[in-house]
Amino acid sequence: MSAIETAPVGQATVALPTPNAERKPLTEKEIAADHPTWCPGCGDFSVLALYFKLIERRKILHEKITTIAGIGCSSRFPYFVQAHGAHYIHGRALPFASGVSLSRPDLHVFVFGGDGDAFSIGGNHVNHTARKNIKMTYVVMDNFVYGLTKKQTSPTSPIGFKSKTDVWGSMDQPINPMKQLIAAGATFVARATATNPNHLLSMMEAAMDHDGFSVIECLSECIEFYEGAFDAANPRKGGIFNTVSPEHDVTDELAAYKLADTAFPGHFGVFYKVTEPTKNANEAKINAGAREKVQGQADWQILQKSFSRMK
Amino acid sequence: MSDSSTASPAANGTPTRSRISEAVIRIAGNSQDGIQAIGGFLARLAGRSEQEVMTFMTIPSTISGGPSIFQVRIGSGEVLSAGDEADLLIAFYQHSYDEHIRSLKKGGIVLYDSSHVTSNEEWEKDYHHLPVAISALTIESIGGTAKDKGKNIYTLGLVAKMFDLNIVKLTNLITERFTGKDVSIVNTALAAFNAGYSHSLGNVLETFEFIESQQKTGHQVVMNGNEALAYGLIAAGVRFGAGYPITPWSDIMELLRRELPKYGGSFIQCEDEIASVSMAIGAGYAGRVAVTGSSGPGISLKTEAIGWAVMAEVPLIVVNVQRGGPSTGMPTNVEQSDLNIAVFGGHGDSPRVVISPANVEDAFYTAIEAVNIARNYNVPVFILTDQSIATRIEAFEEPDFESICQNIGPDFKDVADHKPYDLSTPSGVVPRVPPGTRILSGKYPIATGLEHDEMGHPTGSPKLHMQMTAKRRKKLQCLGESLPVPEVYGASEGNILLVGWGSTMGPIREAVDKATAAGDSVSSIHIRHIHPLPPGLETIFSGFNHVFVVEMNDEGLYGYGQLANLLRARYCDPKIRGLTKVDGLNWKVREIIDRARSTVSVGILKR
Repeated sequence: MSAIETAPVGQATVALPTPNAERKPLTEKEIAADHPTWCPGCGDFSVLALYFKLIERRKILHEKITTIAGIGCSSRFPYFVQAHGAHYIHGRALPFASGVSLSRPDLHVFVFGGDGDAFSIGGNHVNHTARKNIKMTYVVMDNFVYGLTKKQTSPTSPIGFKSKTDVWGSMDQPINPMKQLIAAGATFVARATATNPNHLLSMMEAAMDHDGFSVIECLSECIEFYEGAFDAANPRKGGIFNTVSPEHDVTDELAAYKLADTAFPGHFGVFYKVTEPTKNANEAKINAGAREKVQGQADWQILQKSFSRMK
Repeated sequence: MSDSSTASPAANGTPTRSRISEAVIRIAGNSQDGIQAIGGFLARLAGRSEQEVMTFMTIPSTISGGPSIFQVRIGSGEVLSAGDEADLLIAFYQHSYDEHIRSLKKGGIVLYDSSHVTSNEEWEKDYHHLPVAISALTIESIGGTAKDKGKNIYTLGLVAKMFDLNIVKLTNLITERFTGKDVSIVNTALAAFNAGYSHSLGNVLETFEFIESQQKTGHQVVMNGNEALAYGLIAAGVRFGAGYPITPWSDIMELLRRELPKYGGSFIQCEDEIASVSMAIGAGYAGRVAVTGSSGPGISLKTEAIGWAVMAEVPLIVVNVQRGGPSTGMPTNVEQSDLNIAVFGGHGDSPRVVISPANVEDAFYTAIEAVNIARNYNVPVFILTDQSIATRIEAFEEPDFESICQNIGPDFKDVADHKPYDLSTPSGVVPRVPPGTRILSGKYPIATGLEHDEMGHPTGSPKLHMQMTAKRRKKLQCLGESLPVPEVYGASEGNILLVGWGSTMGPIREAVDKATAAGDSVSSIHIRHIHPLPPGLETIFSGFNHVFVVEMNDEGLYGYGQLANLLRARYCDPKIRGLTKVDGLNWKVREIIDRARSTVSVGILKR
């Protein structure tokens, strides 16, 4: 029998434990693991708390939670979640998560990472995961600085930002994550900030419901190495939190691109959202067609038939 | 053409017919002439006639065109290599004739296209020359529009006549090959074949007839090593893979991409080598045994991720079809210079398994063995094959599919509790619990590249780093103890022991046979398990005065090839020495014998 087709959706629930239907939503206590190693005041705490809330609200079964990350401060994420998870290598969380997503249609994979992972060392993977439209949700916790390695310039650091690798101020053009994601063909692109939890949670829910590659750029302040970076987007600090206008057509690529062109702090909300076939669905379609042709045959018989052509 | 047994006496003007046990045919032309097709038909015919066969080809690494050869050795007895010297050379062009005439044995036959080749008087003394206006006659037989197309099939007809090949079987093969295409294509091919077959070869030459081969049990299949390896992975139950195109690995990914959907699996073409290995590891983490692979520079790119799989203890199959290196190197030539990167590649102490198939048939079974090691030990396993096995065609007994095909789908049954990196097991092996598995204790595992505690959470504890490093090592030591002791080919004691690995098994064994027949005391062993090494090698080495490790790689700074270095480090035995070469070509039997003899005369202490 084919391995992928036998991927059981919930078949594992035998008599002893509580049946799925009667299971209560997980509490924060049940899904919180190690105490986060982030600095006090880090924006990432808020993202973690909202992930817990999302799991609780959406009643995700404990064993189905799959949290994946690369390397960086934010990428410590999986250790803080009491669930299946993987802490992979720098910049490559997306292809790793793609392997999980494509071989396990029963799981909705969440990937957390920072701006270095997403737009520097792993930049090309973002483009190709977007282009392939592999089903998963990717939350980029963007702090405009390298925090784990203690204040070097990041691909999103604004020009003039003084870091240990640009003591005179950063001079390379920063990446505009929204523009890049839209251009790469991501089918759900949203922007949020860690300081507006209700908005961020609604973005995470919308991303999770999207059938395809959904990405949220979440501004998440590094109070240690780039304090005040996002004050302009925080009304409590005198900034403005501009949500995307309800009139904005999320299927209009050019309008989305224009929205992404607004000067900092820009807009928050869903910039772009379209329905395109996912890689998962395309592969499943190819499989269904191929399986139909070999209907009723065991794997060994299919193989035997291939070999009979090589005699 | 060895073993000419009975030769019928030559009547006046009629060609003689000799009974032969084997023949080496080299076809030289350009890469677009379809010479691989001639070789392929001959190999397939041999498979259907219960004969043994081995092929060897060179292809230019240019995009289109360039000189190319295909050599096929067919035998009624055992065929171990593609043959040092050809009995018959077919030369399509002047350069084919000029460059390959020396590959013929003295007295061999050169059949050349007199439309393109002018013979050399000097050489006419040493070799039988047989001019046939192949190009012109092909056009005559099938019409002029096809130009050069069809001359390969015409030539196949000539060869069929010369070797009295089974016409019914060959005609079937040609028909099968072109079935599904326009009927006129089949007819044109058959017309070209028949024209070649009925061309009079004149009365100057003898023709040949293969003696009946020893009846083999079962049916033979004919394929190249890349195909055998890919199908072996399917038989092993691999249902997910990811890769990036690179020569000569691409065939494997193409085949898996095409075939896996039939089995409900997928093979994904990724944006680069790092994404490929990462995707395969992701699928491995998710409960599969997934495959990635590459050649040359692609393997270098994957090494960081492979280190993660070692650390996180996730199963993974990495196919490395070795080619000439370093860097872009010689993409279409054979070399065995990736043993070090397979065994040691990457930073830190990252023990992984390395297995190397010995021939095409073994590539099929090695794939199955590799998958089972990967899933039983939760470790990356390198299948270290090479360009020679990848592209050569061999016939082998059809596998018993029903008994070998495995279902290795993941198990998601609830578990009470789970420690992914449990230190209490003696072997260091812990069963995997992929996502989707409910853990009733509510404590879930993290797969990680950071040094970790038993649950997978990061630790800086010196004690845990020592214990976890030992755990990862212990798994391989445990595996090593369970491996079979290699069998000695030839006498179990003597003067010289040749040690080989990978595609060199055939020529090494043939060298043992030939040298033994000539009165030398030579035996050989073949090491399939490169890392960990199998037990019992010390005992085998102790029976010989000299141990020569025959490899296709450089002797290095200290005078030893890559396996020789490993064996010297492991056994501290000064009689282990290297016989290496890096000409991008397979070892010839004669080269092995000559090098072994001369190295013995140098003596151990001279180095």
